[in-house]
Amino acid sequence: MLKRAKALFLSLLSLVVSLPALGSAVVETSTRQLNMPQGVTEVSQAAYDIHMIMVWVCTVIGVGVFGFMFYVMYAHRKSRGAVAENFHENLVVELLWTIVPAIILIIMAFPATTALLKVYDTDNPDIEIKITGYQWKWQYEYLGEGVKFMSELNTSLDEVYGRAPKGEHYLREVTEPLVLPVGKKIRFLVTGNDVIHSWWVPDFGVKRDAIPGLFTSGWAKTDEPGIYVGECTELCGLGHAFMPVVVEVKEEAEYNEWLAGKKAEAVEYASTIGKEWTAEELMTKGEGVYLQSCAGCHQADGGGIPGVFPAIKGSPIALGPQIGHIAVLIDGVPGSAMQSFADQLSEVNIAAVIHYQRNAWGNNVGDVTQPIDVLNYKQSK
Amino acid sequence: MAHGPATLADGWKAYISRWVFTTNHKDIGTLYLWFSFAMFILGGAFAMIIRAELFQPGMQLIKPEFFNQMTTMHGLVMVFGVIMPAFVGLANWMIPLMIGAPDMALPRMNNLSFWILPFAFAILTSTLFMEGGGPNFGWTFYAPLSTTYAPESVNFFIFAIHIMGASSIMGSINIIATVMNMRAPGMTYMKMPLFVWTWVITAFLLVAVMPVLAGAVTMMLMDINFGTSFFNAAGGGDPVLFQHVFWFFGHPEVYIIILPAFGVVSQIIPTFSRKPLFGYSSMVYATAAIAFLSFIVWAHHMFTVGMPIAGELYFMYATMLIAVPTGVKVFNWITTMYKGSLTFETPMLFSIAFVILFTFGGFTGLMLSIAAADMQYHDTYFVVAHFHYVMVAGAVFSGTAAIYYWLPKWCGKMYNETMGQVQFWVAFIGFNIAFMPQHFLGLAGMPRRYADYGLQFADWNMVSSVGAFIYGGAQIMLLFNVIMTIRKGKPVVEDKVWEGAEGLEWTVATPAPYHTFEKPPLYK
Ligand code: HEM
Ligand SMILES: [Cu+2]
Repeated sequence: MLKRAKALFLSLLSLVVSLPALGSAVVETSTRQLNMPQGVTEVSQAAYDIHMIMVWVCTVIGVGVFGFMFYVMYAHRKSRGAVAENFHENLVVELLWTIVPAIILIIMAFPATTALLKVYDTDNPDIEIKITGYQWKWQYEYLGEGVKFMSELNTSLDEVYGRAPKGEHYLREVTEPLVLPVGKKIRFLVTGNDVIHSWWVPDFGVKRDAIPGLFTSGWAKTDEPGIYVGECTELCGLGHAFMPVVVEVKEEAEYNEWLAGKKAEAVEYASTIGKEWTAEELMTKGEGVYLQSCAGCHQADGGGIPGVFPAIKGSPIALGPQIGHIAVLIDGVPGSAMQSFADQLSEVNIAAVIHYQRNAWGNNVGDVTQPIDVLNYKQSK
Repeated sequence: MAHGPATLADGWKAYISRWVFTTNHKDIGTLYLWFSFAMFILGGAFAMIIRAELFQPGMQLIKPEFFNQMTTMHGLVMVFGVIMPAFVGLANWMIPLMIGAPDMALPRMNNLSFWILPFAFAILTSTLFMEGGGPNFGWTFYAPLSTTYAPESVNFFIFAIHIMGASSIMGSINIIATVMNMRAPGMTYMKMPLFVWTWVITAFLLVAVMPVLAGAVTMMLMDINFGTSFFNAAGGGDPVLFQHVFWFFGHPEVYIIILPAFGVVSQIIPTFSRKPLFGYSSMVYATAAIAFLSFIVWAHHMFTVGMPIAGELYFMYATMLIAVPTGVKVFNWITTMYKGSLTFETPMLFSIAFVILFTFGGFTGLMLSIAAADMQYHDTYFVVAHFHYVMVAGAVFSGTAAIYYWLPKWCGKMYNETMGQVQFWVAFIGFNIAFMPQHFLGLAGMPRRYADYGLQFADWNMVSSVGAFIYGGAQIMLLFNVIMTIRKGKPVVEDKVWEGAEGLEWTVATPAPYHTFEKPPLYK
């Protein structure tokens, strides 16, 4: 607490004494950061530059206007014997202070336009990535590569609710980051699956809304490997603050290795779909999937939130025929917050979580749901 | 009854009937003002819950689901329940007095437009106790979060919005009718006090955009209950359409909030400068220009939805333009003070703070209008800071200034100057501690409407929360000051309460009699 107070004092001090240095020393995780990051792409640099121009233009005008105002408040106070004059018009000054600001704005419009053109320069990418916002996670698909995965928060609820100490990367860690290579122009195609989200990485200067039924695009190209953290910036329901973006930029060789690994994983996975899973395996796997993907709404104890999210415990679907249960996960429930998980979870994970839901919290149906059942349902459509 | 209002001495029944059935513009003004203050306490309580939760990282007091209801209700209550009714209340009290009219043109409708409001807010607030909770989709209620994914109570929310809209439209029609028809002989348009001017222009804005809001919520209602797909992509609709419709209402709405505040400040600064308002006619033209521009800039709230670049450039240029008439106003206020004979009573302090902090909010507004930079600012705390500088330090400060300024005329008692100034400084300091750090938070990357945040944002959030509690305390002091003035204030006898005040409202007796200007005055 005391340390924090000291840090705060220092940062206030630095604000006062070193305005010119504002933002030049950006430490990514610093609690003292006061300014927009310069970031690592052309776009973020352009945003930063135009931001700083505006800061200085406003500062200069502000100092002039407020300086004059404070002078007036000092010099023309009644207690100093000021006697009011009676003028109330002056065409020349009035015209001046209409025209001069207009000219300043017209000049400002030039760099503002150039910067925007840069943001929109999404043509000729080397790599295209489709980003889909889900309540409350991101899906990344490397177009043309057959690689696709979900990226969701990896901070435990215990940390959120104060039952465990908060780690250094609290709310800034995900199960699997988006991995990108240096030196390549990457186009992001952003869309939403349910409600509107917004995909933001400050260090890339990319913030694009993820809107169901639409694609928005942004781009990035950087030469600096590293880990860049961003956020969801459009209110998307109760998990809005809990779906961070983490991007890992790697050297090209490392990236290729990683991509090859992901492709091999996909091939290997295909072979597990046909395999017969035991009830215990499914139960263990299913619990993990449930806590990760379902508990946000249906709650860890399967009790749901009355009036908003139905309970799984004792639900007619969970206790009814298996095929109906599979259908809900694959098709979703139209017109409700229950989305289709067909693209979000693998067949194995869907089978596991269905098995878990049908056999946890006293839902003792006793049957076993195999990945192949899920696949068959999908293919029957 | 015919001879003056019923008081408590006439018994409870008569007293309550007076307020329920009143058609007197002063009574209705008073009702609006007290209602707005009650809502201020409610909306303020929501804000305190938000800031208490954000005091530290982690979820300590409430669940994210309830947090979202709090941010939504805070915004809705403050905009529709506090700021708008407060200025309608001031309009009711002051416009007839300023233009020399005996009352508003449509007194019965006036009664109706007030008395439906408490129902609207009772309905809105009751949603918090419904199964599934209240609205949780932000005060901008973007579809499909507010349609397909909304709690059941959204239907009550829609109904409440309809009632508020009807109330605002009736109030505006009344103001337009009054100003057009009931000005005293000699009170030409270009002699009207600026407060009247800003309100007429605001009233036109309201009549134009409240139906748009009603349209937006009606489309929501259809999507939710009758299977249409205005905003549902799966059915061929477009979620972005919602945003266009909403902001076509929403941007003029922010000027609906600020224009009457401009009017108030344009009354107060000349009084305490003992000098006429500088550039009266340019003030009128600037107000009209701002009102016009407010209709053609709406998509600056949507720079990240992926508009074509031509649209993006147009909305950027148009938004930048607003800075010109806004600047004219600020220069006029300052030049009004120049070579005046200044004193710094509480209303003047609030007005000067208004000019400084509003201008600051205007600067951040100008920054936000630069689309490329807005890609970084959008939906972060930087925007939250921007609109609190313009709406709180703008509208709420000017409303507070108005209360101190006209309270002696309303109740014939003078507030305690020391108490007033103490309240000012607590509010001013608290406000800046609460909202200045939010600029830093936003620039450093903290998105808005976040129930929880990473450790890198912890310090400034704590500071901001402390400031918010101080600012909240200042409002309790305001309530205390007003009640003490009404009950124990020093009686004022002069018609002209302030030495430098000009205008018809200062020619009637103090306290203002129940009926004024039964014979129209002659305005030179
Ligand atoms: C010079 C004048 C102004 C300019 C250029 C300006 C510009 C902007 C821009 C571009 C935004 C969108 C920021 C974003 O979401 O990324 C914005 C947001 C906002 N402004 Fe202003 N503004 C100005 C004055 C005002 C005034 C006078 C008010 C109200 C009294 C106001 C209230 C708001 C509100 C409420 C929002 C946020 C709405 C929301 O998303 O919840 N602004 N402003
Ligand atoms: Cu706007």
